[in-house]
Amino acid sequence: MNAIPTLEVKALHKKFGNNEVLKGIDLIANQGDVISILGSSGSGKSTFLRCINLLEMPNAGDVYVKGELIQMKPLKNGERIPANQKQVEAIRARLAMVFQGFNLWSHMTVLENIIEAPVHVLGMPKKQAIEAAHEYLNKVGLYDRREYYPGHLSGGQQQRAAIARALAVDPEVMLFDEPTSALDPELVGEVLTVMRNLAEEGRTMLVVTHEMAFARDVSNKVMFLHQGLVEEQGAPEQIFTQPKSERFKQFISSVY
Amino acid sequence: MLLDLQGYESTILSGAWVTLQVALLSLFVAVVLGMLGALAKLSSITFLRWWATLYTTVIRGIPDLILMMLIFFGGQIFINEFNVTINDWLNEYFQGQDAAHEWVSYLPDYVDVSPFFAGVATIGFIFGAYMAETFRGAIIAVDKGQLEAARAYGMSSWMVFRRVMFPQMMRHALPGFGNNWLVLLKTTALVSIIGLEDMVKAAGDAGGSTQMPFTFYFVVALVFLVFTAISTSLLSHAEKKYAIVSR
Repeated sequence: MNAIPTLEVKALHKKFGNNEVLKGIDLIANQGDVISILGSSGSGKSTFLRCINLLEMPNAGDVYVKGELIQMKPLKNGERIPANQKQVEAIRARLAMVFQGFNLWSHMTVLENIIEAPVHVLGMPKKQAIEAAHEYLNKVGLYDRREYYPGHLSGGQQQRAAIARALAVDPEVMLFDEPTSALDPELVGEVLTVMRNLAEEGRTMLVVTHEMAFARDVSNKVMFLHQGLVEEQGAPEQIFTQPKSERFKQFISSVY
Repeated sequence: MLLDLQGYESTILSGAWVTLQVALLSLFVAVVLGMLGALAKLSSITFLRWWATLYTTVIRGIPDLILMMLIFFGGQIFINEFNVTINDWLNEYFQGQDAAHEWVSYLPDYVDVSPFFAGVATIGFIFGAYMAETFRGAIIAVDKGQLEAARAYGMSSWMVFRRVMFPQMMRHALPGFGNNWLVLLKTTALVSIIGLEDMVKAAGDAGGSTQMPFTFYFVVALVFLVFTAISTSLLSHAEKKYAIVSR
């Protein structure tokens, strides 16, 4: 049981100006973990996710992917930037993010979106990337729509295409940033079904979400953030039935 | 017959070729300067923003004709003064080292700026300012999420620009770019006043010696119309290519 964690975050801090959004967050994700990150709006949960792939630069703390530390260097103004941009780019390609607003590249078809990173970032031969893409398209149920542009798809279809794009880099960890929050209610189910299948396949996933049923039924760990700190965490069956913190109790009752 | 060119066909034709060369080379200079200007204007470095704003404000605020004169004559004076100053300075320095030193022109004492070079430089410099504004608007119009997704999948800054920013900004830039190009093409007519043998100068000369100015300027007008019509059709193809399908 002393294998290297797939992802480890130690004492992560993030400030926007004088506003300290994250005040020291730790996380360990082992191979196959599905961790739901809950919290009310402003709790810092999306920022936390975005600090892991350095879309935001954490002010302090360390991120390790499979034991490899992302090297940072301090600036005079108290901010930090990557010490080695090439390392960050290589690590980002091993983490795949699924965005709230899908962010599929609008000038490319679904298929082109999926093969973009494998071909241009990872240097995979195009033919091989297309074959793999077909498999992922089948998995998310969009094989028939592969030649469509994102603008011609529904929100649910776009998000499923974005998940296929994430799978295409065969990521170590998948980062989901409120993947269903921008969807019409009747489209949420199709995206959650795809995510549930990925969890069952053993994908390592970090999911910032408001979907309590997903957190309770699919994830094996739940983390509740409040005011930039981990207020409560544990296995879902334990923390949903016997919450220790008042805040988390209130949160559960307000969401249900 | 109205369009009997009295044997001046080849003069007009070679003038048209000069016009086209000046226009295309100026466009190249304008696009490079415009892209640099746009990036400088959007930069987080105050110094760069300040210079880019000065550039676009000054250039866009002065008539093209005046700028052409300023750069053609002023540029020539500046280069020559500069060369003379450097020569004096170097010679004085070597004389101080060695009293037997004889005066040498390290840089040419007199440089004649060719009208072709001056025309391309001036028009490119002027339209770089307009392109900078067009490109700046186009860059701002690209959704930030598109670039964020590109970075999140491990793309380098250059790759983000090449694979995502450029194809997406083109859609926003093309209408303004096309407009700038048409105005630029017509502005090349101004280089005839600094002595370049372009189509307009050729027509003026031919019109003068044959006493048929209307005929020759009419032909020039037609040639410009052909150039702009071809441009418009190419641009609308490009706009279709970069159009993004949406629901």
